[in-house]
Amino acid sequence: MLELITNQPEDTLRFGETMAAKLQAGDVICLSGDLGAGKTLLTQGIAAGMGTECSVTSPTFTIMQVYDDGRVPIYHFDLYRLDIRDELDNIGFEEYIGRDGVAIIEWADKFPAAMPKEYLWLEITIGKDSTERIIRITPAGERFIELCEELRVIADSCVRHSDVGL
Amino acid sequence: MPLILGLETSCDETSAAIVADGRTILSNIISSQIDVHQKFGGVVPEIASRKHIENVIPVVDEALKTAGVNITDIDAIGVTYGPGLVGALLVGVAAAKSLAFATDKKLIGVNHLEGHIFANFLAHQHLEPPFVALVVSGGHTSLVYQKSYNEFELLGQTRDDAAGEAFDKIARVMQLPYPGGPFIDRLATEGNEDAISFPRAKTGDNYEFSFSGLKSAVLNYLNSAKQKSETVNNADVAASFQKAVVDVLVDKTIKAARKCAVNKVVLAGGVAANSKLRAELTAACAKVDRELYYPSLTLCSDNAAMIAARAFYKHQVGDWTDLRLNALPSLKLGEKKYFAEKR
Repeated sequence: MLELITNQPEDTLRFGETMAAKLQAGDVICLSGDLGAGKTLLTQGIAAGMGTECSVTSPTFTIMQVYDDGRVPIYHFDLYRLDIRDELDNIGFEEYIGRDGVAIIEWADKFPAAMPKEYLWLEITIGKDSTERIIRITPAGERFIELCEELRVIADSCVRHSDVGL
Repeated sequence: MPLILGLETSCDETSAAIVADGRTILSNIISSQIDVHQKFGGVVPEIASRKHIENVIPVVDEALKTAGVNITDIDAIGVTYGPGLVGALLVGVAAAKSLAFATDKKLIGVNHLEGHIFANFLAHQHLEPPFVALVVSGGHTSLVYQKSYNEFELLGQTRDDAAGEAFDKIARVMQLPYPGGPFIDRLATEGNEDAISFPRAKTGDNYEFSFSGLKSAVLNYLNSAKQKSETVNNADVAASFQKAVVDVLVDKTIKAARKCAVNKVVLAGGVAANSKLRAELTAACAKVDRELYYPSLTLCSDNAAMIAARAFYKHQVGDWTDLRLNALPSLKLGEKKYFAEKR
């Protein structure tokens, strides 16, 4: 597990951008955190790092958005408005996960059981200061343990972090 | 006098309408699904698509009956193919394609956002482009320069949350019912809009919006009050939050009207029903000598008459689609993604 602290929204955005370089097709990024924690912001950073020129906005209304003009396609989900797990089937959730693109899932904590076995989970909490954010990163599966280690290295250059130990 | 059958199923409402000449509503049937969604505090797509399937043919029948026309009298069928919830959109698109095929009618794919703007042509018989339109709803916040009936330029849109989405999310945290917009509007009338100073998003010298920072600021205010066990005046929060949203919307709209040198401003979309936005934009337009147009409350929310009105102007220029029309959840304003019909 890795814990990062960002002092302002720009740091979260920059971390996402830097993180994008380490992502590859098939990766699954689960995001959780309260309203306003910065889940969409982090996604905007990742998308920018992937080189998409699509405007990345909150997909709360459309549930899912695709940005397919970057290095790897991004499937951006927002489960905020879903209340029943079966609804995931209706949006073709499983057909996008772990395939040719990177899946980023906001509000993944609404249906933890519906997530694949392997993922990188980023939980964002609001810190002491109203602009401070604590990003807790937990990997599941070999690929993501490795990714988490790579992030630990790059995190040094952009944000404060503390090692919580694996 | 071309008659258009319009179909709309992009989100909550299943709606069918008959519009003559793009201006006269012969019928506009809306089968609201709000009752189902209120229980969940949001639009539930699975439920939405199932209800659309149940409703779509009855609303078409009712629209024809109310208008007193037969399906064979129709000249073309216009349907929303995006943006919206994919499962919901598919129901309307499939129904429209089947109807067009079975009755050998022209099929027209309509962008939902363009439809919202065209609601104004139904409400104001003499309104003509060019104008600047502000489209604000649960899923969208866009400023559009509409040069002619079929030419749109997207000036700017939200970078994160839509204005209506911010209303709904704040309302949910304040434990107000869904959809939150009307409840915040009502609650705000009892509050002091200057009580709390929430930030106005600074997106720079452009026509873009950002409501995510405002949303965080309001949540922050509510959370810190809770931690300190202070009582919050919900009416003040609602009024101050609403003022922050409206200020930015009005400011950028007026700026766009000046820049595009148009003397008309059009308000559209579900949030166009907000009383504060209407009042402030009316005052601001009067100050700079611009005429403001907005639709009636029924025409602000999702409805098929506006889709039929949009379809009429595409029909006029022969902008039809063939039966390969598909639902496009992320369709952008002014974007056209279908195969032109060859016959």
